[in-house]
Amino acid sequence: MEPFEPAIIAFVCNWCTYTAADLAGTSRLAYPKNIRLIRVMCTGMVDPQYVIKAFLEGADGVLISGCHPGDCHYINGNYKARRRVKLLKEILPRFGIDDRRLRLTWIGASDGIEFSHIMGELVEQTRELGPMLPDLKMVI
Amino acid sequence: MTQAVSIPIQDHDLLTGMRSFLTAIMEKSGIDAILVPARLSVKNRIMPMLISDPACLTEADPLSPAFPVNAAQQLTRLTRQPAGGRLAAVLRPCEVRAFNELVKLNQGRREDVLIISLDCPGALSNSDFRTFADGYDSLDAASRAFAATAFSSAPAGDLPEVTSACRACDHPVCDGGDIGIERFGDDQATDPVARAHTESGQAALTGLDFPPPQAPAEGRKAAIQSILAVRRRYRDGMFAEVAEATNTIPALSTYLADCVNCYNCRGACPVCYCTTCVFSTDTFRHEPFQYVQWARRKGEIKMPTDTLFFHLTRMAHMSCACVGCGQCTNACPNDIPLSDLFTYVARHTQGAFDYRAGLDINARPPMNGFEEEEYPEIVGL
Ligand code: SF4
Ligand code: SF4
Ligand code: SF4
Repeated sequence: MEPFEPAIIAFVCNWCTYTAADLAGTSRLAYPKNIRLIRVMCTGMVDPQYVIKAFLEGADGVLISGCHPGDCHYINGNYKARRRVKLLKEILPRFGIDDRRLRLTWIGASDGIEFSHIMGELVEQTRELGPMLPDLKMVI
Repeated sequence: MTQAVSIPIQDHDLLTGMRSFLTAIMEKSGIDAILVPARLSVKNRIMPMLISDPACLTEADPLSPAFPVNAAQQLTRLTRQPAGGRLAAVLRPCEVRAFNELVKLNQGRREDVLIISLDCPGALSNSDFRTFADGYDSLDAASRAFAATAFSSAPAGDLPEVTSACRACDHPVCDGGDIGIERFGDDQATDPVARAHTESGQAALTGLDFPPPQAPAEGRKAAIQSILAVRRRYRDGMFAEVAEATNTIPALSTYLADCVNCYNCRGACPVCYCTTCVFSTDTFRHEPFQYVQWARRKGEIKMPTDTLFFHLTRMAHMSCACVGCGQCTNACPNDIPLSDLFTYVARHTQGAFDYRAGLDINARPPMNGFEEEEYPEIVGL
């Protein structure tokens, strides 16, 4: 049997984590292909419904990643994201979505190396959790 | 300033006593219109009515177990901008809480409205109420029969059971408005007390010629404690059942299996605060190829789609503001026990932020703020 390859949706902010991903790329640092980056202008615009939709479509993990505290291009979007992630971590695990499937990280624009390291770690941890919805047919 | 008055009741006729009290409030406290549950002129049914002629208060029925809508929604229509007159509203405690939540979101104002709340013995679902009311010659008779035993410790006889949300409600007390009418511990030997909880409540009571409270209602505290104990026990059991029944995504889908995406639950929810819900927009009118692609990928998809997505999103959007009124269940044409599920989630989301929806008008809704340093455990792998 093929080893389980998790699919991870990552909402990354334009100014920090996306720039870090770009830096990782231009520095020729590898990171697993399991991660699908979705660039958003700010983590503060990630409505909880984006995360919920990703899980219901079968994502095995969701990452939201933005600027370090104090560095948000829009001053406080990352603080809002932190509250929403806390909120979702209260809701989703009640319905069997493991708390560790949803992550929030701060990765700054110059952290290309850290970006590739964290992505590798995230994929490993999510792989251990196994598939989110083995029978996708259940999802409506 | 008057803190409290007693509402004189003749021949145990609480309903007439309440009507006289409301009439006095209207006439003596300069109220131009009052939003109050009242009998429809066309049929034996109760709806919130906006009454400007005090003579119409003979139709008012603040004791009825009917709870067709959470009137907080209607009150925002009247208060989102100055209405050009002074208003009063008679609300259940969960309606006051819902209104407070909407005021915090700038969808209503408390300044121009005098809120009168009553201790609440619970309400009937719409269908139970219709059956109950139709068993009496008049709505007044039905309300009197309900009110006579609603607060007594004696078994309720053949009265129908109040809703699950009411049986689980842990704040049925009338202290959230400007004036509260106290009925817990009501032994029908003493007249009910109307107590001011704000300055505008005091001002309104000061203008009335009502006698001071007869004796401090001693039984009240104990009565509240004992009803809360019963309700908490029910609620804990109910939450445990919901938790068990919904602990996986397939289990949650099973719980919501009868849902047809009519969104009545959202429309009836007083704290689904958006003027246009994202689920009513074209965002969810997917391209035809999209549906087919989903069906191909999954083998089959239920139409309408996005049912679970809708409910989970609604939880994320409004559970911090859920006041436990039960109107979502009441509105569901397919008898899904939605308020059991939503109050269960709400308890945990509100608990996580140390917030209780609607109780403190000055407490900031959790999603409307942040601290620079908080919840470090949320960040990182
Ligand atoms: S979710 Fe249901 S119980 Fe909660 S406030 Fe809305 S209608 Fe009331
Ligand atoms: S479900 Fe969300 S978007 Fe829709 S009305 Fe409620 S809060 Fe607004
Ligand atoms: S009212 Fe009932 S059927 Fe309609 S959307 Fe809500 S849960 Fe579904």
